[in-house]
Amino acid sequence: MTTAFPSRRVMLAGAGALGAAPLLGRAALAAPAPITLLNVSYDPTRELYKDINAAFAAYWKGRTGQVLDIKQSHGGSGKQARAVIDGLQADVVTLALAGDIDEIAARAKLLPPNWQSRLPNNSTPYTSTIVFLVRKGNPKGIRDWPDLVKPGVGVITPNPKTSGGARWAYLAAYAYGAKLGGAGPARDYMTKLFKNVPVLGAGARDATTTFAQRNLGDVLLSWENEAFLTLEEFGPNFEIVYPGSSILAEPPVALLDRNVDRRKTRVIATGYLNFLYSPLAQDLVGKHHYRPREKAAVAKYAAAFKQIPLVTIDQAFGGWKKATAAHFADGALFDQIYRPA
Amino acid sequence: MTAAAIPAAPVRARRPWVVHSILPGFGLSLGITLAYLGAIVVLPLIALALRPWELGLSGVWHELASPRVAKAFRLSFGLSALAALVNAPLGLLIAWTLTRYRFVGRRVLDALVDLPFALPTAVAGIALTAIYAPTGPLGRVAAQFGIKTAYSPLGIFIALVFIGLPFVVRALQPVLQDLDAEVEEAATTLGANAFQRAFRVILPALAPALVSGVSLAFARAVGEYGSVVFIAGNLPGKTEIAPLLIVIKLEQYDYAGAAAVGLAMVAVSFGSLVAINALQLRLAKRGRA
Repeated sequence: MTTAFPSRRVMLAGAGALGAAPLLGRAALAAPAPITLLNVSYDPTRELYKDINAAFAAYWKGRTGQVLDIKQSHGGSGKQARAVIDGLQADVVTLALAGDIDEIAARAKLLPPNWQSRLPNNSTPYTSTIVFLVRKGNPKGIRDWPDLVKPGVGVITPNPKTSGGARWAYLAAYAYGAKLGGAGPARDYMTKLFKNVPVLGAGARDATTTFAQRNLGDVLLSWENEAFLTLEEFGPNFEIVYPGSSILAEPPVALLDRNVDRRKTRVIATGYLNFLYSPLAQDLVGKHHYRPREKAAVAKYAAAFKQIPLVTIDQAFGGWKKATAAHFADGALFDQIYRPA
Repeated sequence: MTAAAIPAAPVRARRPWVVHSILPGFGLSLGITLAYLGAIVVLPLIALALRPWELGLSGVWHELASPRVAKAFRLSFGLSALAALVNAPLGLLIAWTLTRYRFVGRRVLDALVDLPFALPTAVAGIALTAIYAPTGPLGRVAAQFGIKTAYSPLGIFIALVFIGLPFVVRALQPVLQDLDAEVEEAATTLGANAFQRAFRVILPALAPALVSGVSLAFARAVGEYGSVVFIAGNLPGKTEIAPLLIVIKLEQYDYAGAAAVGLAMVAVSFGSLVAINALQLRLAKRGRA
């Protein structure tokens, strides 16, 4: 009992010290309040931007002394674009399709229509493509696009109406079909292809789950980086197959002028987007299975990405506007494929 | 109840706007009620109702007349009605078991009924898909009999039964609790057999609550999106529900088209709820007579 008194005093002193610590901490931190930056992105870039944001915050603090708090938001590319149009205060957008950023420019006028020419390489600091993910040992012998329309092959791809990745996959397939002899054969090919699709997921992750966890289908049309992620997660159950040709998927980035001017973050946001092209960020890009643009990173990761002929959307489809009107708009080719005969 | 026994005045006078109440605070309560309902319910509905007309009348008609929209509506409303009707007898049985018997674990069962309310719908959808997919424990059994559960209309039906069940059970429980056992005892002493007790005494008393529970389950199922998209397969014209059609239209920045489909859904839902309410009133009157 006699020990109770001193020990209580020790405890009180301890509690006092604990109580003071946060106060001191707060006083020390009060000087540079962190500046927030919001990057609104699409679904599979979550891990990539987590690393890039940490690297940029460190780089920016070293250069300017400013402490940054970079927030990231992920979701379907179209849904994210709508959130920005409806007023989400993003400083930069990094989406799956240029078409989605075009909509932001057209509907909310947050950036000029020529936004894509403001940064190098069509404002796409990294690219990707569409590859096939098949089950271990490739039991159905799927090597190239013609194998997808064989009877008995189940193809998993999300709905191109709701998924950016699925639009790239659809266009890659169509580009192959067009090589068979133009619009007629291409249309036949797409009709046969979607006859083999048992489930249309809403997004890329949804489709990956259907394929990898529900064991549905024989081949998943996937973002290259998602295919690598699936391999990392499920290991030996799957294999990546590179088709004879595919599409150069260019997920673009852009500064939202009206938002950064209102929030006075133009300098930082510009620095952030330029940083994406730097050797440091480009190395992270390669690490996360996106195809880098910068020479050193390209050389470093050359072995990881198989070189196959990639068509661009401008060459094969005349840009996003035309591709959307011909394929994804209401009543366009994708709807016609599903119209009951 | 006693008021109903007094014969009403034969000539119905013009109904007054407000029947005077001795309770104070009518103005304030009604004001808050109207403001709240206005902000929460009416305002968004007005925004929805105004949106489609930028397409023009023919544009809205064109939007709704497409076979794909018609098919999605048939699927959504048909399966929702079916699911709600299946939940009626089963929900009644569950409510009966939970109120009329005392057994160990009753409270746990009672809490389980609420789970479809509490679970995020996406979680429910993923869980149901895992079970009913061709590789899942139940889906595999069904597949052996040649029945496709997940990724078919049957899968949608299963999800809608799941989310609708608590509405039926929770609507019936309080009424069952208030139904005195003495009423049944009296019926028995007057010579009613079990069948007569169930269909002439108990069911008429429960009918209004049952109808309201079923209609709530139906209304909820019609708008259900989160759990259904995972299990449906979402093939246009086959397993594409009306709410998914709205999401797809939004994804194409077709706000007006999405609003047109949404408005049509509200109209059909509201129409069926009004019809069901009328039925419920008639049942309630008959139950009292």
